[in-house]
Amino acid sequence: MPTLLGRDSDDPLAKGEVGRAGVAVDTQADMETLFSGIDLGTVSTSMTINSAAAVIMAMYVGVGDRTGVARHALSGTIQNDILKEYQAQKEYVFPPRPSVRLVTDLMRFATAELPRWHPVSISGYHIREAGSTATQELAFTLANGFAYVEAALAAGLAVDEFAPRLSFFFNAHMDFFEEIAKYRAARRIWARWMRDRYGATDGRSLQLRFHTQTAGVSLTAQQPEVNMARVAIEALSAVLGGTQSLHTDSYDEALALPTERAARLALRTQQVVAEETGVVHVADPLGGSWFVESLTDELESQAESIFSYLLDVGSGSMLDGVIASIEDGWFGTEIADAAYQFQSKITSGKWVQVGVNGYTDGDDHQPPTLYVEPEVESRQLADLESIKQARDDDAVRSSLKRLETEATDPTLNLMPALIEAAARYVTVGECMGALESVFGTWVERSYV
Amino acid sequence: MPDDRPVRVLLAKVGLDGHDRGLRVVARILRDGGFEIVFAGLRQTTEMITASVIEEDVDVVGVSMHNGAHLTLAPAVVASLRNAGLDTPVVVGGIVPDVDLPKMLEAGIYAVLGPGASNAEVVAVVKAAAATRDGASVKPTPAGGRS
Repeated sequence: MPTLLGRDSDDPLAKGEVGRAGVAVDTQADMETLFSGIDLGTVSTSMTINSAAAVIMAMYVGVGDRTGVARHALSGTIQNDILKEYQAQKEYVFPPRPSVRLVTDLMRFATAELPRWHPVSISGYHIREAGSTATQELAFTLANGFAYVEAALAAGLAVDEFAPRLSFFFNAHMDFFEEIAKYRAARRIWARWMRDRYGATDGRSLQLRFHTQTAGVSLTAQQPEVNMARVAIEALSAVLGGTQSLHTDSYDEALALPTERAARLALRTQQVVAEETGVVHVADPLGGSWFVESLTDELESQAESIFSYLLDVGSGSMLDGVIASIEDGWFGTEIADAAYQFQSKITSGKWVQVGVNGYTDGDDHQPPTLYVEPEVESRQLADLESIKQARDDDAVRSSLKRLETEATDPTLNLMPALIEAAARYVTVGECMGALESVFGTWVERSYV
Repeated sequence: MPDDRPVRVLLAKVGLDGHDRGLRVVARILRDGGFEIVFAGLRQTTEMITASVIEEDVDVVGVSMHNGAHLTLAPAVVASLRNAGLDTPVVVGGIVPDVDLPKMLEAGIYAVLGPGASNAEVVAVVKAAAATRDGASVKPTPAGGRS
C-alpha cells in the first residue's frame, strides 16, 4: 500500500501497512530482487500502480538496462490510470492536471521506446467496486479513455501511434447478461468514437482489448465457499463477453488476502471454463440474441448520455469535463449514491444475496486465512536502511534536483530523469517528494 | 452528550487505504438514522482524529479499515483519544478476522461491525456507544456487532 502511494517503507504513515496488501518497492534494488533470475525479455509483467506508476516503471526499465535486455523487448502492462483514482480507488497524490502529465509522459516514452508495453490500462474495475452501476462503470471508464486520448494528442502524439497500445480493465459482477452487454457496448462505443471523433484509421486503434477481474465486492464473508460459484459464473460472463485476459478472485477474499490454496482454486476455476466448457472457441456467441442485443443498445445509449453531460461540462473537451467533474465531486457522489442504493436493496430484501439476507442457515465456519507476519515490515526497513547507507548521496541529490527542475517544464518528459534517479537508488518516496514540491498535493472536496 | 442535539459521529479512514465505499454507505445509514456526521474521510492520522473530536465535540468515532493494519492503527486511535483525556468510544467497521477480535476489544475498541452488519445493527451499535458517555460508569452491552 505505501508503494502504491509513492511512500517509502520508513515513512511514518506507512507503519503497519508495509508488505501487507502487496510487495514493498522502495528502490530499484527491490525491483532487482523481485526479478532476480527472471529474464525480462521473455516474460510479460503486469504492474498495478497508478500515482507512482512513472517512478516504478523507471525502476523496471532500469532492471532491464542493468541485465542487458533491450527496451524494445520489454513486454507488459502498467495500470497508470490516475483518473479513476480520484473517482473511485482514491490512491491519488498530486492534483489531476500534473498527474495526467505523468500519464502522458509514460505514454510518450512507451510509444518511442517500449513498443510491446501497454502504458495505460483504463480501469472500470475500481469504479464498480466503489459501488457504481454497470452503466456508470462503462461510461466513466470510456470517458477516462477518451480523456487520455485527448491528453496524448495534446502532448503531440498521433492517434494511431499510441491507440493500439491502450488497453482496458473491467469488472465481472453478478448480473450475467448485463455484464456481457456491458463488454459488447464498450467495444462498439470505443470503435465508433476512435474513428469518428479522434480520426483513427488503423484498425488496431479501434479495437478495445480488455482484462477482466471477477467482482471482489460480490463475495461474501458469510458461507465463503459459496463464493466459488459466484466467481465461476462471473468468469463465464467475462469470457462470453469477449475478454482477452481474466483474473478470478479467491473465495476467501472477503475475509483476508487469499491463501495459496484459495488462489489455486480460483485459477482452476478459470481453467475449467477454458478447457472443459468449449465457450472459448467462438467469438461473441450471444451476438444476435434479442435480449443481449437490446441490453447492449440500452447500455450504449445510457453511456452516451453520460458522455454528453461530461462534454457539456468540459465545453466540448472530454479531458476538461472529466477533470471538472472530479473537482466538483460529481463522480464520487454518483458512485456513493449507487453504492447506498445497492446496500438498501440488500437491507430491504429486494435483492437476495445468498448467505447474507437469504438462505443464511448453514456452514458459517471461517476457512484458515493468510497471515502476513510483522517481520516483513522490519526486514524491509533494514534493507532500505542499508541501501541508503551504500548509495552515493551526491548523485541522489543531483537526480532529485534534476527531477524538480524538469517537473516545472510541462513540455519535458520526466521519464529520463526518473530512470536516472532509479539507477542511483533514489527511493520512490524521494522521487515523489521532489515532484510534490512542484505539483502540490490533492485533497478531495468533501462530500458524503 | 448534550440532550438538545443529535449524536455526532466522526467517520474516518486511518492509514493509506483509499477504499471508502463502506465509510460512505455507513455515513448515509447513520444520517438517515438521525445522526449528525462529521465526515473526516481519507488518510486521517490519529492526531487529526483527536483534534477533530475536540473541535467538533464528537460523541462517537467510526473508523473503517480494510488494509489488514487494524491491530496497529485502531488501538493507536483509542490511545490518542485517551491520552488527550477523551472517553469517546471508537467503533471499527470493515474486515477484521475473528482471531483478532479479543485483541481489538482489549485495546479499548468499543465494537467491530463486520460484513453483513445490517443498517439497524449499525444504528444500534453507534447509539449504544454514544450512551456510554452519559456518565454511565458501566459500559452497556452493545445492541449488536461483535464485541
